Amino acid sequence: MARPNLGRAFFRERGMVMRRKTGGLTPLLYVGPAVFFLTIFQVYPALQTIYLSFLDRRSEAFVGLANYKFVFTSAPMLTAFKNNLIWLIFFTAGTVGLGLLFAILVDKVRYESFAKSIIFMPMAISFVGAGVVWKFMYTYKPPGSEQIGLLNQILVIFGFEPKGWLLESPLNNFALIVVGLWIWTGYCMVILSAAYKGIPKELTEAAQVDGANSLQVFRHITIPELKPALTMVITTMLVNVLKIFDIIYVMTNGNYGTEVIANRMFKEMFQFSNTGRASAIAVILFLMIVPIMYANIRQKLREG
Amino acid sequence: MNWQKLKRRLPRLAVNIVVIAAILIWFVPTLGLLVTSFRPASDVAYSGWWTSLSSPLKFTQYTVENYKNVLSSGGMLIAFRNSFIVSIGGTVIPVFLAALAAFGLSKLNFKGRGFFYALIVMMLVVPTQMTFVPVLRLYNKLSLSGTFGGLWLVHTGYGLPFSIFMLHTFFQSLPEELFEAAHIDGASIWTTFIRLAIPLSVPALASLVIFQFLAVWNDLLVALIYLGGHQSVAPLTMRLSSLVGSHGQDWHLLTAAAFISMIVPLIVFLSLQKYFVRGLMGGAVKG
Repeated sequence: MARPNLGRAFFRERGMVMRRKTGGLTPLLYVGPAVFFLTIFQVYPALQTIYLSFLDRRSEAFVGLANYKFVFTSAPMLTAFKNNLIWLIFFTAGTVGLGLLFAILVDKVRYESFAKSIIFMPMAISFVGAGVVWKFMYTYKPPGSEQIGLLNQILVIFGFEPKGWLLESPLNNFALIVVGLWIWTGYCMVILSAAYKGIPKELTEAAQVDGANSLQVFRHITIPELKPALTMVITTMLVNVLKIFDIIYVMTNGNYGTEVIANRMFKEMFQFSNTGRASAIAVILFLMIVPIMYANIRQKLREG
Repeated sequence: MNWQKLKRRLPRLAVNIVVIAAILIWFVPTLGLLVTSFRPASDVAYSGWWTSLSSPLKFTQYTVENYKNVLSSGGMLIAFRNSFIVSIGGTVIPVFLAALAAFGLSKLNFKGRGFFYALIVMMLVVPTQMTFVPVLRLYNKLSLSGTFGGLWLVHTGYGLPFSIFMLHTFFQSLPEELFEAAHIDGASIWTTFIRLAIPLSVPALASLVIFQFLAVWNDLLVALIYLGGHQSVAPLTMRLSSLVGSHGQDWHLLTAAAFISMIVPLIVFLSLQKYFVRGLMGGAVKG
């Protein structure tokens, strides 16, 4: 794989009006405020968090790797890692897969923009709002009484017992992932749809003339042509999954075996007031996100 | 219809069935929320919302009582105001600073330019979780936690890397000759920025403003971290999530509250969808 040349994109001289050096304080007036904010809210705290992850709950004594040992061996964290892994596989495959499917299918119907708007709409509302929408969909009433949640009503109509969608593990993890799919599939669809429409018609037509069937066209033309867009959506979904918080916080708060990394960090911070452990969780989260974001940004810079 | 004809039409029929099923799955949950929010508490608790659809025009079965309830005693009215205050400050400040910085980085030639740009791109990688503990400590020291000002500043800090990145990409694509000409005509750098760069980037700025506004409006985590238990400054998302905790089964209230939190994003989305989508696509905005 070629080493990505981020440097060349940064220092591209194109668009440099004032080629002469702008001396003195002038550039600082433009760039300075942003750099100040980034230093206070990103650079300094990130470094500080790494330091705090080696200190105890009140940041008073050095505890070595004890917090990291907690992160990798304690029961709640292991549950969180396991669940984030389940999310990682099913959420990413689901959003990107359905996004791709819808991107291709809506292209073939006359009400394309209407369909896209509806599927994309959950992106506009908050995850808390979406969480309430779905918590209501999943509402459980004991068998025999009238169901008020749509999903259990459907089960009852088909002669099944109503389910505690958010209470039974591992079912509840998948119930939560469905909410994630409902929110993010539209995003994947819109990005992939734009890329799909950009594939030159001559390319697919030529392949068809040469006798390729639609599956072959899909595999050898559509997928390779969509690769940049697919990289974008896959990396974005992976980062989303690792940071997933709102849905879990609102719908189960990590109870009944649905804990995830970001929610556990929030609990360590506020419920258990353990800054050492919270910081160690943050550092691990950071280390997992770096390689994915690297791929994501490299893709963005290529397009830019 | 003969068999041959049917066989040819079958794929199109399948496509339509899948797309229509998708539309229903994406639309029905929100519809259920909306219908429930207008039903009386006693109906909501004992019958499914779909039962009211059997006679949709019987208006006596609907009520606005739930909305009155959550707006006043539920605190959603104050939360609505708070969301506006937080989102406006949390949008205007970062977008303005990002425009300044992106202009400086793409149109001024100075020492350290590459370093600053690399720094900003690097910050895209840092999850906000990496900053919570130290920034919260700083906020407690400066008495900034639980204040609107504190939230504006922190949303600025978190929103800047993406905003600068996006606007930088856009400024790079603006025709160089224009700036050259302005420079030769004796325009100062500030004039070039305000009179040339800003008006030319209205589409990009609009996308960014909408994106950042909705991101802040819909944010829960940052508000939870930096507002603590201060309900007087809590935005809609925070208020709604605490209602879920305290009124877990009062669906007539929760659905009304959820819809109140969704109304502004839905209006923005339906009226400015084009810009919103562009904003989400990030640096992909071209002139």
